Amino acid sequence: MDVEFQHISKRFGSVKALTDVSLTAKQGTIHGLIGENGAGKSTLMKILTGYQAKSGGDILINGEKIALKTPDDAAQIGIGMLYQEPMDFPHLTVLENFSLGCPAISRERFTASLKHLAYAFGFQLAPKRRVELLTVGERQQIELLRLIHCETSVLILDEPTTGISPAQKALLFPALKKLAHEGMTILLVSHKLDEVASLCDEVTVLRHGNVTHHTNAPFHFPELLEAMFGAVPEQKEKPVARSTGNAVLSMDKIQAGGERQGLQLNSFTAKSGEIIGLAGLDGAGQSTFLRLAAGLTIPAKGEIQLFSTQLPKSKKASRIAGNLQTVFLPADRLEEALFTDISLSDHFSLRDKKSSFWQKNQKNKQRADKAIQTFSIKGRPADTADDLSGGNQQRLLLALLDPKSRMILLENPTRGLDIRSGQWVWEYLTQTLSSEACIVFSSPELDEILHYSDRILVFYDGKIVLDSLTAETDHGSVAAAMTGMTGKEKISNIEQGISNVE
Amino acid sequence: MIGDIPSSVLVASVLAASAPLVIIALGEMISEKSGVINLSLDGAVLFSAMVAFVVAKESNSLVFGFLAGGCAGMLTGLVVGYLSIYLHLSQVAVGFALSLLCRDLAYFLGNPYSRIQGPTLISSKLPFHDMLPEFLQKILTQPLTVPFALTLVAVLIWFFKFSRTGLQLRSVGENPAAAFARGLNPSKIQLFSVLAGSFLVGIGGAAYSLSLKPGWGRPQGAEGIGWIALALVIFGSWQPCRVAAGAMLFAFLQVCGIGLQNLFPTIPSQVFQTAPFPLMIFTLVLMHYSTRKTRKHGETDSGLQKWLGILFMARAPKSLGKSYRQE
Repeated sequence: MDVEFQHISKRFGSVKALTDVSLTAKQGTIHGLIGENGAGKSTLMKILTGYQAKSGGDILINGEKIALKTPDDAAQIGIGMLYQEPMDFPHLTVLENFSLGCPAISRERFTASLKHLAYAFGFQLAPKRRVELLTVGERQQIELLRLIHCETSVLILDEPTTGISPAQKALLFPALKKLAHEGMTILLVSHKLDEVASLCDEVTVLRHGNVTHHTNAPFHFPELLEAMFGAVPEQKEKPVARSTGNAVLSMDKIQAGGERQGLQLNSFTAKSGEIIGLAGLDGAGQSTFLRLAAGLTIPAKGEIQLFSTQLPKSKKASRIAGNLQTVFLPADRLEEALFTDISLSDHFSLRDKKSSFWQKNQKNKQRADKAIQTFSIKGRPADTADDLSGGNQQRLLLALLDPKSRMILLENPTRGLDIRSGQWVWEYLTQTLSSEACIVFSSPELDEILHYSDRILVFYDGKIVLDSLTAETDHGSVAAAMTGMTGKEKISNIEQGISNVE
Repeated sequence: MIGDIPSSVLVASVLAASAPLVIIALGEMISEKSGVINLSLDGAVLFSAMVAFVVAKESNSLVFGFLAGGCAGMLTGLVVGYLSIYLHLSQVAVGFALSLLCRDLAYFLGNPYSRIQGPTLISSKLPFHDMLPEFLQKILTQPLTVPFALTLVAVLIWFFKFSRTGLQLRSVGENPAAAFARGLNPSKIQLFSVLAGSFLVGIGGAAYSLSLKPGWGRPQGAEGIGWIALALVIFGSWQPCRVAAGAMLFAFLQVCGIGLQNLFPTIPSQVFQTAPFPLMIFTLVLMHYSTRKTRKHGETDSGLQKWLGILFMARAPKSLGKSYRQE
């Protein structure tokens, strides 16, 4: 079946997730949909499955307009989706998961069909096993087989390789090619260019909810990268270089995290005074890295040294890191850093390590007032943290931060901030705080990383694939490394490889 | 034999005492399997017991009495279900408040019918009663609630294990978002199971006022049963036969209390009366440990751990108590 999107738009409140998106996926092809996080890929696909309603535009199947109100409508037409997070039932068995959502047939026929399909695709699945005991890849295999069993003719895959092993990937890709060859229409949502290159016949690039590029194989990577991340910005003036000193953080042979957000690294050292930017797509390992350094995540293997003190492998680690003047500012401020229903002045009271039983309300109010002035927070001491806007929450966090901190770990420090607030945050970090402090931050904005960091680490699939001084690298190579290609040579290699296949 | 109670009487009284509890706990289990905790259980039992007695008395019909009890239970289920599933109110808050309301409403409305005679479901003999040995005759001469409860266990085992509706109901309790993505309507399925479950709760309540503790009064004798049933569902790990076994164990401990009291006259009677409750808590602690061990080590447990796991492992529906909002 040919699937055609015509001028699709989607709003969440006042936020435009998609604006006038049009594209066509032809029967028997694999159509790639790429873009950075939040570009609108997943939203577009959720509209096609009837999981979310569109705000405007039409969807045409084989040239006919269709209405999709619920996932059931989409399933009736033969549209099925493999979600990024397994959308299944962990406590139920493989067979039960396989049979849910398909037209009812007898248990024996479900078992037979499951066994037959698993054999055909080379998957090994025990029908009676509970799904929670399986790996993400295996859970995905069940979903894929279920969709095939339900006679899906339009298959949507949302980041299908997130969290699956290379061996499972090696099984999945030929299976997809086989399905497309047999006449299925496949839509592949991804931000990994190497995978798109090896699978897709056509690619559409989304950026900020708009279609920015459309092309057929073979693909020209620099073009795709530019469409994904925007034009290469002009070089801005770099902040003054800081002097670096002793090693403050070192990691050795680390293995941490589960299948998702996992991290493996051999050795890493950060020096005082360095500003290190962590680049990478969502879940590539940056947030695990920051939490390891803050002592919040305990590594399964390996050693972490902070200011020459070994972090213990217990819950004490985060307290010890705190005593060593290490602070961690998470991206999700209200969830992890601030207290929703507690006032600004009480936040200052909570920060005190030594405190008497009684609260010093007057003193805390004065401290809050002072912070509101110096940090220009738009709020009153009695306001609660969730009354503040994202930018003001970040200012509050910085106000709460001990100016004597020696190690500052920031997860997406300018998340949800407008440009001016963002600049203000960086001014504060680089100028007001001690220049001996080591700052490590992650950001989804490549420009922010290139502009503010002295050194860049690029994460891909739980590994550091690039570690370089900012002065010695550029926009193109970092973007390439983020999408799984190290160095420019490799890009041209892949391009050559593809044209050879053609 | 325990104390001076012959074992056949013991078995018979355990069966009789456990039947309403089995029905109530299974009713609650159905609704929890779909993800909704009906915390109004304790009040709902008393309310339906009152309604059942009043209707049976006025119409002089046990059938109408039981049906009215079921409908009264269903009414409380409708309130909890509608408020929590469609208006997304907290299931705990709604259930708790409703429980207290139902209890007081039952005492207030039932007051004119306090301590008067009414129709009672008596024990009935099996058709082939005379052919059985005396031992079985004593055990099997039971009110109809006992065979109903036992049949219910079997039906529910089948329903959840083999029927498609049962699987769909479980899937909603596990992950309503995924169920929706597969074309099911989670809200409808949840409301259906809350209504079906609370109907059974009502039947269980009626079984108290019309059979086990006939009549209406304050106290009626069914006080606290709802809370026990809630604990039994956890104890039974949301599995019909384990829930029923738990109910029987509880009834056994209660009956034993009476027997042991005669055997050990020096121990205050309160000890035996309250023994089932701390035992219940102890079992829950045991369950916690067996569940954690099994999770951690997967299938490679040692012998004892494995048995603990099989006997006491609890696996709650994943989205139990969470309200589901469609995107």
